[in-house]
Parts: sequence; C-alpha cells; structure tokens
Amino acid sequence: MVFTERHQLMRKLARGFAERELAPIAGLIDETGEFPQEVFDKMAKAGLFGLKAPQEFGGAGADTVSYVIVMEEITRVSATASLYISSPNSLSSAPLMLAGTLEQKKKFIPAAASGKIVICFALTEPDAGSDVGAIASTAVPDGDFFILNGRKTFITMAPFSDYAILFAKTDPKAGTRGITAFMLDMKLPGVSCGKPEKKMGLNGCATSDIVLENVRVPKDSILGRLNGGFSIAMKTLDIGRIGVASQGIGISQGALDEAVKYAKDRRQFGSPLAKHQSIAFELADMQTKLTAAKLMVYEAAQMMDRNENATAQAAMAKYFATEAAQQIVDRALQIFGGYGYMKDYPIERMYRDSRVFTIYEGTSQIQKIVISNMLLK
Amino acid sequence: MRIIVCVKQVPNTDEVKIDPVKGTLIREGVPSILNPDDANALEAALKIKDEFGARVTVLSMGPKQAAFALKECLAMGADDALLLCDRAFAGGDTWATSNTLAAAIKALGGADLILAGSQAIDGDTAQVGPQIAAKLDIPQITFAIELQLKDSKISAKRQTQTGYELIEAPLPALLTATRDLNVPRHMNAALLINATETEVPVWGLKDINISEDETGLKASPTRVIKSFVPPLKAKGKIVSDISAVIKELKAKRLIGGVSS
Repeated sequence: MVFTERHQLMRKLARGFAERELAPIAGLIDETGEFPQEVFDKMAKAGLFGLKAPQEFGGAGADTVSYVIVMEEITRVSATASLYISSPNSLSSAPLMLAGTLEQKKKFIPAAASGKIVICFALTEPDAGSDVGAIASTAVPDGDFFILNGRKTFITMAPFSDYAILFAKTDPKAGTRGITAFMLDMKLPGVSCGKPEKKMGLNGCATSDIVLENVRVPKDSILGRLNGGFSIAMKTLDIGRIGVASQGIGISQGALDEAVKYAKDRRQFGSPLAKHQSIAFELADMQTKLTAAKLMVYEAAQMMDRNENATAQAAMAKYFATEAAQQIVDRALQIFGGYGYMKDYPIERMYRDSRVFTIYEGTSQIQKIVISNMLLK
Repeated sequence: MRIIVCVKQVPNTDEVKIDPVKGTLIREGVPSILNPDDANALEAALKIKDEFGARVTVLSMGPKQAAFALKECLAMGADDALLLCDRAFAGGDTWATSNTLAAAIKALGGADLILAGSQAIDGDTAQVGPQIAAKLDIPQITFAIELQLKDSKISAKRQTQTGYELIEAPLPALLTATRDLNVPRHMNAALLINATETEVPVWGLKDINISEDETGLKASPTRVIKSFVPPLKAKGKIVSDISAVIKELKAKRLIGGVSS
C-alpha cells in the first residue's frame, strides 16, 4: 500500500494525537468510565470530528482513506476515543449529508464538526436490532407536529447528546416503507434517557436507552422525506461500516504491537518468548491476518473515494477485519499468559473493547447477508 | 506583524545509529521529523498570531523531501512556507547555513520577529539561530523558556547554565526556543488538507542574492571529520542493594552532604 503525502501527514496527526493525549489516559478512561472534556476539546481543535464534513460546512473535507487512517491510529491506542470520532464523521453526519436540507446541514454539521453539539444515531430498539423493519416507535401527525412515542436502545452517546437522528414508524402497516427519520432535540419535553448501560468494554462513552413519551416534534424536523427513513438508515450504515472495519485493524495493530514488545522482553526457559518458535509463528500469523485485513479496508475506502459502489467490499472489510481482530487480540492475550488476564496490561482492555466490533453497525452475520446478496443477485 | 520561523527536517535520532567504521550517521530507513525545538518555535509564533494577529512564514533549507516538514507546519497553522533547495546550498556547516538563511530572510523582506529552535537534534550545535541574528544585525535571545510581546518589544526568560536571565529586546529580534517554552499544538485536519493541496515554493541560489562562495560546502570553514558514540568511561558496578548505592554516593559527596 502506497500512501500519498496527505495520508502520511494524516497518520502523523492521528498517531501524534493518540500517543500524546490518549496513551497516558486510555486505561484510566476504561477504569473510571469518564472521558475528559479537555481531550474532547483537543480532538475538536485538531479537526477530528469534522474530518469528512465538507469545508463549506466547517469540516476538513478529507477523503475516506484519511478517515480510515485516523480511526485506525486512534483505536490502536484507545478504542473508546475512536467512538467520539466515528460518530460525527459517520452515523450522525451521513444522514444529514444524504437527506438534509441546506438549512439543516448549515445548522447541524458545522456544530457537530466543531464539537459544539453531539448528535446520536437512534435506530436500534429492544425488538429491532438487525431487523430494522421491526421498529415499533411511532410518529403520529398532529397539526404542525408529530407525536413521538417509543423506546430506542443501546444508543451510543445518548446521555450527553444534544440531538438524535431518530427513526420512527409514520406508517406502521408499511414495514420498511413506513419509517421516517427525525432530527430530535433531546431537550424536548417527554424525551428521557435510560441509565447508562454497564458494558463489557468501550467504557467512557455512555450508551443508553432513549425513551419517548408523547414528544411533540415540529414537522420541519423531518430528515429527508416522509416514510423515506429506511433508505437513509441503510445508506448510512453502508457508509459507516468502513469505520468499524478501521477500528478492527486499529485494535489489532495495538494488540500486535503489545505482543511483540512483550515477546521480546519476557523470558521463559532461559530465552525471550520471541525466540520460541511457537510464539514467533503465532506473531507471524497475526501479522499476516492483519495485513490482509488492512488491504481489504484500504481497498474499500479507496473505492468509496472513487465513488464506486463499495457496499460488498466494505461489508467484507468489516466482516474480515473485525473477526480477524477477535483472533489477533485473543492470541496477543495468550502470549501475555497470566499477565494478559490482569488489568495491569492494556491487552485485557483491548480484548473487551474489540468484542463489540463484530456486533455493532451490522453483525458479521448481516455482513454475510450483504456479501452473499451481492454475489447471488 | 511578520514572523519568520526557521525549521529543519531531521532524522529521528531516537532511531539513528552511527556507522562505527565510516563515522557517519546511518540515515537509511530512519524516519524524518520536524526538529522538536523548531515545533516549539512555531508554537510561539502561532500563539502570537492567535493573540495579536501575525503572518507566520516557515522557512527551511534542505532537500526536496523537507517540504513534508513544512507542510506539517502549515497544518499546525503557519500561513506560508518556503523551502531553500539548491545544490549550491548543500554540505554547508552552521556558518554557511546561516549565510543562506539570513539571505533568504532579507529576500523575503525581513521580519519583525524571527524564531528558531535552539538546536537541532542531529547536529546539536545551537549556532544557526544566533548566527542569523548576527548576520542580520538584530538582537538575539537564546534558549527562551518564557516569552512575552508588549509594545513592540519582546521580553523573555532564558535558561542559562546557572539559572535564568530576563531579557528585553526591541523588534526586530531573533529568539531561539527550547522545549520548555510551550507545548506545540497538534496539526488540524482542515489545515492539513489545505496544506497538501498546494506545493511549497522552492527558492534556489538565484532567488536570494547570495554568491556560490557564500553558501554550502564552499563557504564552510569547519568540517565534520568523524561522528562516534563516546566509549564508556568506566565499567558499571553491580551492587546487591540500594543502601550500598546510597553509601557510595554519600562517600563521593554526590548526595546528602550534610548528614552522615
């Protein structure tokens, strides 16, 4: 893979940021569940929230490869921190860019790119995960308003979001053709958040339910057209996949780096672990898998930058890179032996953080549906 | 206000080794970085720009690849960049290099304030900044750890071997920055994109009104004969516990001179 000067510089920005600002506190963020506001502000100042937003909307106007590089380098050090970057660059800006009016874009995108507001993406419900058509939240017209009722679940950043891009049924009988996207002001009466979930990993970026009780939403908060929400959600997830794929290669690189360092330092049976062929071969397998995953992720990103249809490529990249991450992080932990099981080393955190990568934004199984559908159509 | 910041692209000396036979640096495969002190000099310039408004130009002499370090400076917030690259400039020692940089600064129309890192991690001479000031005949403040701009005067606290000095100088002046002066900011993604959309202008011998005899190897009164890692002066001693170390250090009066 040959990177342009721009991409090399982008990696330098992200790596420098990760090593200076995140490495010293990544463990603490996990332990306390608190993400320092000061670091959030520094990310905003470095332009990391507005990477993909066009410059006329206060962003950097960077391409997908740049976004992948930044996500990879940040996740390598702190997976939690990468969520703060993926959200404004992906799930909470793509619907606006895809379907927002100029006025909506002007109002929300510069504010999200500069970290002034946080927008969450509220699609999943207790009974509608992969099966998006099954959502049960409703939006009923009432004069110039819609009345929203229902419950969203596992919504990343919900407790501290200013707005939610929320999907609700406007025509309950029409299935996926009866879903509408709303720009929901989280301060409206009737909107509340559940208690932050106690998660296995990615601590320091709260996830909770959003409860809607007779919330009166002005009609102009519709995003896109009435009953056009499903396609916005699907297209957004299509774009977002590459971000999770980048998290997969980032955490794998982080775990591999730790494993290599440890294998050189740790001595057993009179020599460093790295001198034992069983360990050296394990590292060779990890590096090979990671390189394959990286090529797939960068290839998908380049296709997106060339405006080619990258749906299958991105699905394969997400599927392969996040499943490879499970294996790579697991083997890294094995090399650490008993120490890997302890919270004193970052491997234990990476093991927990990486687990959700094959689950959120389309499980591996959903990716396989996407891939096989493209193959069999 | 016009500020010129002199920067250098250097090999990352954390990863550099010396060829024990040839006595030269092994540069192959070693990543190049923006010299750390120069990043502090740029940060000082950008702080002044943030507070008072200024046009910040970054200036470097080096091979074509040094444009990368200049683009890093642009991504941090410098307004423009200039690379001095000419076969005639090559091989210069600090004297010849400061001739070249001073000529370029004159050709740029001078500046109210010139900033530079106190020293580069590859050569470690700390000579180029002061020489530029001498050749431009302007005041210089070296090894600055604090800096203030007020009423077109610059005042700075500088580190000396025995303590600190507070120095004030009228503008135009040159100041060299240490790593204690500030914490350089990160690049900004939008500035980075803009920086990589334009080419850094390159000036050669003809652009800066200097003759071939005043620059590069020809104008260098000094030559590096050999680089080497100094041999260890004495063999290390392994002791069994910390009290033995303390005892020895006390005996040599290196710690705790009053008691015992």
